[in-house]
Amino acid sequence: MSDKKPTPKLDELETGPWPSFVREMKRAAETSPMAEGLLGVVELSYEDRVGHWKHGGVVGVRGYGAGVIGRYSDVPEQFPDVAQFHTMRVNHPAGWFYKTDALRKICDIWERHGSGLTNLHGATGDVILLGTKTEELEPAFEELTENGFDLGGSGSVIRTPSCCVGPARCEWACFDTLALTYDLTRHFQDEIHRPSLPYKFKIKASGCPNDCVAAIARADLSVIGTWRDAIEVDEAALADYVRAGVDVRRDVCDLCPSRCLTWDDKTLTIDNAACARCMHCINVLPKALRPGRERGACLLIGGKAPIVSGAMLSSVLVPFMKIEPPYTELKELIGKILELWADEGKNRERVGEFIQRVGLGSFLEAIGLEPRPEMVKHPRENPYVFYEEYFEEEPK
Amino acid sequence: MSTPVTVEQVADAMFRMISDAAGVRKLKPTDVTKAVIEQFGADRCSKETCKEAIRQLVDSGRCIYTYFGGSYIELPQREIAE
Ligand code: HEM
Ligand code: SF4
Ligand code: SF4
Repeated sequence: MSDKKPTPKLDELETGPWPSFVREMKRAAETSPMAEGLLGVVELSYEDRVGHWKHGGVVGVRGYGAGVIGRYSDVPEQFPDVAQFHTMRVNHPAGWFYKTDALRKICDIWERHGSGLTNLHGATGDVILLGTKTEELEPAFEELTENGFDLGGSGSVIRTPSCCVGPARCEWACFDTLALTYDLTRHFQDEIHRPSLPYKFKIKASGCPNDCVAAIARADLSVIGTWRDAIEVDEAALADYVRAGVDVRRDVCDLCPSRCLTWDDKTLTIDNAACARCMHCINVLPKALRPGRERGACLLIGGKAPIVSGAMLSSVLVPFMKIEPPYTELKELIGKILELWADEGKNRERVGEFIQRVGLGSFLEAIGLEPRPEMVKHPRENPYVFYEEYFEEEPK
Repeated sequence: MSTPVTVEQVADAMFRMISDAAGVRKLKPTDVTKAVIEQFGADRCSKETCKEAIRQLVDSGRCIYTYFGGSYIELPQREIAE
């Protein structure tokens, strides 16, 4: 380990009560010169109070414009082992399920070709393999693909779509988030690997309005499960909750955002037409209440959580869509959005900012959607509101 | 009916644009796509052809994708840590 240096500031971080990333980096440094070099650079950053990484963008694997994030140290003579410290993003399986041998394979590959450090999973959802040299990119990529893995998205592409665990582990899922995510990932392969958009485009799918992947705040296009008929009530299970001491009026009815629940000490009455599909009552009484049977998703557009120009929450694009293979309606809609935004969007303008610039009206017209009351915040604050008229308009 | 341009013709036209712009201006895939469609006319050159042409340029190694805040398509260059 040529560049082993004392790290008093990092050592200090290890003394706290919680597990420290420093301990793990030191453990990796026992066998990995890159991890050793990283310790030195981070220590120096704490001393100098500046970062010592430069962002650079000419590295990648053949044919792909995404999946590799170039980083270089600005003090390479001090830390030659981390002069290059590129990150590879690996496309995660939908719902982040792995067999243990798959995880072992990823780790082995990264010990052979990189620093041995990972961030599993990053904010994108991808496996983030941290730190490798340029000449290791192709060999690492080759081994990953041999083992069934592909790189994920980075740069001005559709980012690796991600989803909540959905029906695999959760009874609330209103559609199969895993199947959708897998299908979209395959369908949009080109758009994930080959940059052709003004900026990043994230698709995230949550099986119900609990939105466990925080799609509403982080995805340019969110697919959030919902239902359009009535919440189902199991009277016997409800009675069990009451016997167990749950205060239905205080903990359920009074906290319903649309005040559409009433409790007369025996019966729970739900005004389903006014229900905002927020999941609150179902979360509190999971055995007694469940989403209705006519299930699908609400599509939202325009969310982002960037550091540069401010966060935006998504707004409703399609109040209700059935989400079933082969997902033609959804794919066509995404296709139209991407084409319009690729043609008219400015460099580094996210789709939500684009919609703000051109106006929701012109955007909807260009992608061929009718404006709907659910798309605007007022008169009701909650975008999940379904109006009576909406039900009548839908073909039976 | 005007005869459609071939993927090779589009790729060559894109390659010239990218070579001319090298060191002066970074071009995005959408920039070269719009420019060649304008050059050949939308009746002769589709977005699909452009997509194929870019694929050919990158897969053959004549061009590479780069990333500096946004994604660009450029001539292969030596690795530089700017
Ligand atoms: C070796 C150095 C670095 C590498 C390899 C690297 C790589 C990455 C990667 C892979 C991500 C995505 C992570 C994810 O999806 O969870 C990311 C996110 C980010 N990086 Fe870095 N980075 C480096 C240094 C820096 C530095 C020095 C800064 C700022 C001073 C920075 C600022 C950010 C920010 C703001 C994000 C977005 C975080 C988020 O929204 O989750 N990075 N970086
Ligand atoms: S978003 Fe809903 S369906 Fe998905 S894991 Fe969370 S609670 Fe379950
Ligand atoms: S889902 Fe939310 S809005 Fe609907 S009844 Fe339950 S608490 Fe009220």
